[in-house]
Amino acid sequence: MNLIDISNLFVRFGRHAVLEDISMHVAPREIITIVGPNGSGKTTLLRTIIGAIKFNEGIISRSKGLQFGYVPQRLYVDAALPITVRRFLSLPHYSSDAAINDSLIHAGVGNMGDRQMIDLSGGQFQRVLLARALLGDPDLLILDEATQGLDQPGSAAFYRQIELVRHRLGCAVLMVSHELHVVMAASDRVICLNGHICCQGAPAQVAEAPEYQALFGSGTQGALALYQHDHTHSHHEDHAE
Amino acid sequence: MSWLDSFLVRAVLAGLGVAIAAAPLGCFVVWRRMAYFGDATAHASILGIALALAFSMSIFVGVLVLSLLMAVMVSSLGEKGYAMDTVLGVLAHSALAFGLVVASFLSGIRLDLMGYLFGDILAVGKLDLLVIWCGVMLVLALMRWRWSALLTSTLSLDLAYAAGIDPRREQFFLTISLAMVVAVAIKVIGALLIVALLIIPAATARIYAKTPEQMALISAIIGAVAVVGGLQLAYILDTPAGPTIVCLAAIIFALTHAGKFVKATLLGN
Repeated sequence: MNLIDISNLFVRFGRHAVLEDISMHVAPREIITIVGPNGSGKTTLLRTIIGAIKFNEGIISRSKGLQFGYVPQRLYVDAALPITVRRFLSLPHYSSDAAINDSLIHAGVGNMGDRQMIDLSGGQFQRVLLARALLGDPDLLILDEATQGLDQPGSAAFYRQIELVRHRLGCAVLMVSHELHVVMAASDRVICLNGHICCQGAPAQVAEAPEYQALFGSGTQGALALYQHDHTHSHHEDHAE
Repeated sequence: MSWLDSFLVRAVLAGLGVAIAAAPLGCFVVWRRMAYFGDATAHASILGIALALAFSMSIFVGVLVLSLLMAVMVSSLGEKGYAMDTVLGVLAHSALAFGLVVASFLSGIRLDLMGYLFGDILAVGKLDLLVIWCGVMLVLALMRWRWSALLTSTLSLDLAYAAGIDPRREQFFLTISLAMVVAVAIKVIGALLIVALLIIPAATARIYAKTPEQMALISAIIGAVAVVGGLQLAYILDTPAGPTIVCLAAIIFALTHAGKFVKATLLGN
């Protein structure tokens, strides 16, 4: 039983077709990464899945009682709005202190509960967003370029946290990223998007695909290989290179 | 209730009601940067008053309807891609100008324009008081009901959608509440200064608040102090009540911010 089944999805903004004939599914415990150039409709696809954008044609069916946690691209908290991490995690629905502490620990920011949101660093902020997404005990985590604005070690650390969370909680992960080399190796399946689905499959398979290379050039393939190589080493060596 | 016979008691009660209703709404106006939106809604009320008098309708209803119309017009023009700043500039001032022109046709009827522009809190009757407090209770109930959803959509539209909240629906509730606050506040503070009573207490409360709820509560207290103190001052100094209340609020704002600055400087050294 798939968590999400999408068939023949079309999304148009005015006359401009942003997504054309998208069919895909998300199975339990799967990590799926959507890659694609700017303007390829990655964010639109995720926002359509969470219900923020109405689609013109097609079917999106969710498994019964599906709980998903959503980590947005970036979030700007106005300095005029005082809010602690704890209060932020209790929106829009009340969460108990125990649940909040749990999710903060899972996201790797266990001691941040009483901080003001506007005082957090970029990396801490994204982890708090992750903690918020974990609160409902989700079957599926949806992440939209969650590491935008983080430096490379920062985003690598963030994705390791995601892997850890998936391992511990057993949820599926659907994410969008432009940082192919960081993300792809950790994915079970990669979907290459450019308005339509160009190709999909295991990371290595996609990296070899001519459609993928036409979009990203063969340079990224080198980066992917580099990452797979680095994966066996400690993270300090990662940064040194 | 004989204690309501004193105009000063009625004035204080009316002012307190408006201050309390304005507090949570003022916070949203500050967080969502809606100051000019508030101005447009308030300015439209002058046209509402003029039309209500011309057709001998309730002023409260006239203000409510015109303020709502204005809010709807601003939102829909904004969605059509006009620059918000321009839309608000055009609509707010046009509404005020049309209101003043229509009012000038009504010279036969007793129309205290100054009273509506700057408030006439000392002329609040028992019926006015009843209408004001009904409006206040309604606004507070709306705010309490929609608080979490509104706060979530203020923080992020996508987080709201992901939680099954429709931000446009929440915006609509906020707009209704804003129009209602304008309608109940006209007598107390006047169309030109309503936004001041929304923003100044909230901006002052920001210094001390750690959560959104604290900010709303503290701004209600600051608003109440400004209203009661301002009324006393206006009575002693024989100044117009609405502007005096806003002056006091502004002084509190300036003092607290200066205090914060001094404290930061001392601790910093």
